[in-house]
Amino acid sequence: MLKEYNPIDDKMLTIIDNDGNVMNFKWKPEIEDEQVLNAQKAMLFARTADIMAVSYQRQGRMFTYPPNLGQEAVSAALARVLHEEDWLVPAFRELGAWLAKGATLKDVFMYYMGFEEGTAFRGAKKLLPISVPIASQLLHAVGIGYSIKLKNEKDVVFAVVGDGGTSEGDFHEALNFAGVWKVPVIFIVQNNQYAISVPFNQQTASTNIAVKSIAYGMPGIKVDGNDFFAMLSALQYASEYSRKGNGPILIEAFTYRKGAHTTSDDPTKYRSVKEEEEWSHTDPLKRLGLYLKSKNSWSDKEEQKLVNEYKKEINRSFEEAENTPAVKLNDVFDYLYVDKPDDLKIQQLEFEKFLKWKEQQK
Amino acid sequence: MSVMNMVQAINNALEIKLKEDPNIVIFGEDAGVEGGVFRVTEGLQEKFGAARVFDSPLAESGIVGTAIGMAIAGLRPIVELQFCGFVYPAFNQIISHASRMHNRTRGKYKTPMVIRFPYGGGINALEHHSESMESIYGHIPGIKVVIPSTPHDAKGLLISAIESDDTVIFMEPKRIYRAIKQEVSEQKFSIPIGKAKVLTEGKDITIVAYGAMIREVQKAMMLAKSQNISVELIDLRSVYPIDKDTIVKSVQKTGRLLTVTEEPNTYGVAAEITAIANEEAFLYLEAPPKRVTGFDTIVPLPRGEHFYLQTPEKIFYELERLVKY
Repeated sequence: MLKEYNPIDDKMLTIIDNDGNVMNFKWKPEIEDEQVLNAQKAMLFARTADIMAVSYQRQGRMFTYPPNLGQEAVSAALARVLHEEDWLVPAFRELGAWLAKGATLKDVFMYYMGFEEGTAFRGAKKLLPISVPIASQLLHAVGIGYSIKLKNEKDVVFAVVGDGGTSEGDFHEALNFAGVWKVPVIFIVQNNQYAISVPFNQQTASTNIAVKSIAYGMPGIKVDGNDFFAMLSALQYASEYSRKGNGPILIEAFTYRKGAHTTSDDPTKYRSVKEEEEWSHTDPLKRLGLYLKSKNSWSDKEEQKLVNEYKKEINRSFEEAENTPAVKLNDVFDYLYVDKPDDLKIQQLEFEKFLKWKEQQK
Repeated sequence: MSVMNMVQAINNALEIKLKEDPNIVIFGEDAGVEGGVFRVTEGLQEKFGAARVFDSPLAESGIVGTAIGMAIAGLRPIVELQFCGFVYPAFNQIISHASRMHNRTRGKYKTPMVIRFPYGGGINALEHHSESMESIYGHIPGIKVVIPSTPHDAKGLLISAIESDDTVIFMEPKRIYRAIKQEVSEQKFSIPIGKAKVLTEGKDITIVAYGAMIREVQKAMMLAKSQNISVELIDLRSVYPIDKDTIVKSVQKTGRLLTVTEEPNTYGVAAEITAIANEEAFLYLEAPPKRVTGFDTIVPLPRGEHFYLQTPEKIFYELERLVKY
């Protein structure tokens, strides 16, 4: 695969075309039909949740939210490759993968409602919190990789970043350290063509992102990120590669952010309807749906039925999140340190005195 | 007991902890084969192997960022950055991640790690090699900041820092790395973080200092003694958590406060100590608290550095004015 898809040639690994026909039998991953169906369902669930999240935000029931719309195949494939003992180091647009790792929709909703508890992903093993500062989380993945190597464990780390993140110094440092230390880290760049409003060609002069891997002494593959089969094939290859002790590898998932950067963003300012229309043909759910339809295991009716079920389930999670008890003053102070300094205890006590006084004024 | 300078005492603390805890790793630029530019980690790679004591690529953000990942995964990394003036590329990792991982994950992940680097002037160094920027670390919620003033304290405080489950910034006064030698126990011992130490009891004035400034204050105290001025000297030891009680008790007793630091004046640790005295001991004060610090300028290159440094004469000049106020 590495030779055939040498990123210097700017070839992209694609398995099915926009109509769901298999074009590339050689690299079509081994996967049971039922698993493909499950992947499509997972993508549909994530998309439904995502659309509802945006609508909850519009209703004023949630704060700023970054939608995943159009990028569901990356997470769906990742979810099928991750082992229980593998680490996932996310950015903030991998909803489906978080859920697969054991996070709940309630967690996600809570975080975007403004509760820290949400991003603890309490029930998820080896899942780091959502990372907002851009690319800095990749270094944590490399450090985790070093620990795995030192302890002779067999797990790997999946670390995700966006195309904008590849311009950050920490992207360079992470790939450089990973290459030197030869740690089991799979870097996944979701190239969704925009960093908020800044297009790919303003971000880098490289022909693609996968090619950057060469400078760090690791392989890279450019993959059709809207093709579930292509993502699965590449990630299976990458995880096996790293698991065998070959070191890090870079996967560029070439995709398209159909939604806004976050609910505070207005994409009509920086991209055309024509462009959006062109990309809509590559939509991952549409493509895998057509593939499944050709196998008679998917239909619009079935899809609608599932959407209706999912909506109920998602709404239940949302209402649970809405019923989170109010934040207590302790929650602000208790977790910053393992060993809490007296200073913080005093600041809390003084504020409590003020609250008591305020109460007496009523 | 054996006679050690600060470099040897720190090396000894690192060796004790490396032996005791297999999760400890030490790395940084030149920290492996060479033993660091100041030779603080000298000999540790031979003793513990290149998987646990090693060189990293030359990138401060990379060093601190990967240490955070290691700490999350259960290791206890101790990283060396070469100079206080070179830490800045790692700032995002310190402020946005090391200091808040425990808070962001509500205690699910912690970052027990030590970030060591030498600081301070007075060694005729190149540009960017003489800064004392402790106040900017003291200002970051979620980390602890420690500065030793003797070989003994360096060892005891470092052992506490390594054993802390919170991230600790351990700043080493390089000017006295080898200048002070004293008897230090070869056994393991620790000194608690967040507790200052009264080095000398006195009744006329309180002086708070730390790191390389302790020695300068002690020289000034010889001059004070000849004038029959009795100085109470407090070694702060920890910039954060800051030991308010020890400072306040002393100021309540002496009624006068002088703080001596190497950092720029405005928004500094000395300003914080002055605020503590004003807030907690205002009615005991017989003179306005005074700060002897660096200027709000860049530390001059060696030919002009003598203007910037806190000399015993300058410290005496200010303490005498305070006592006579």
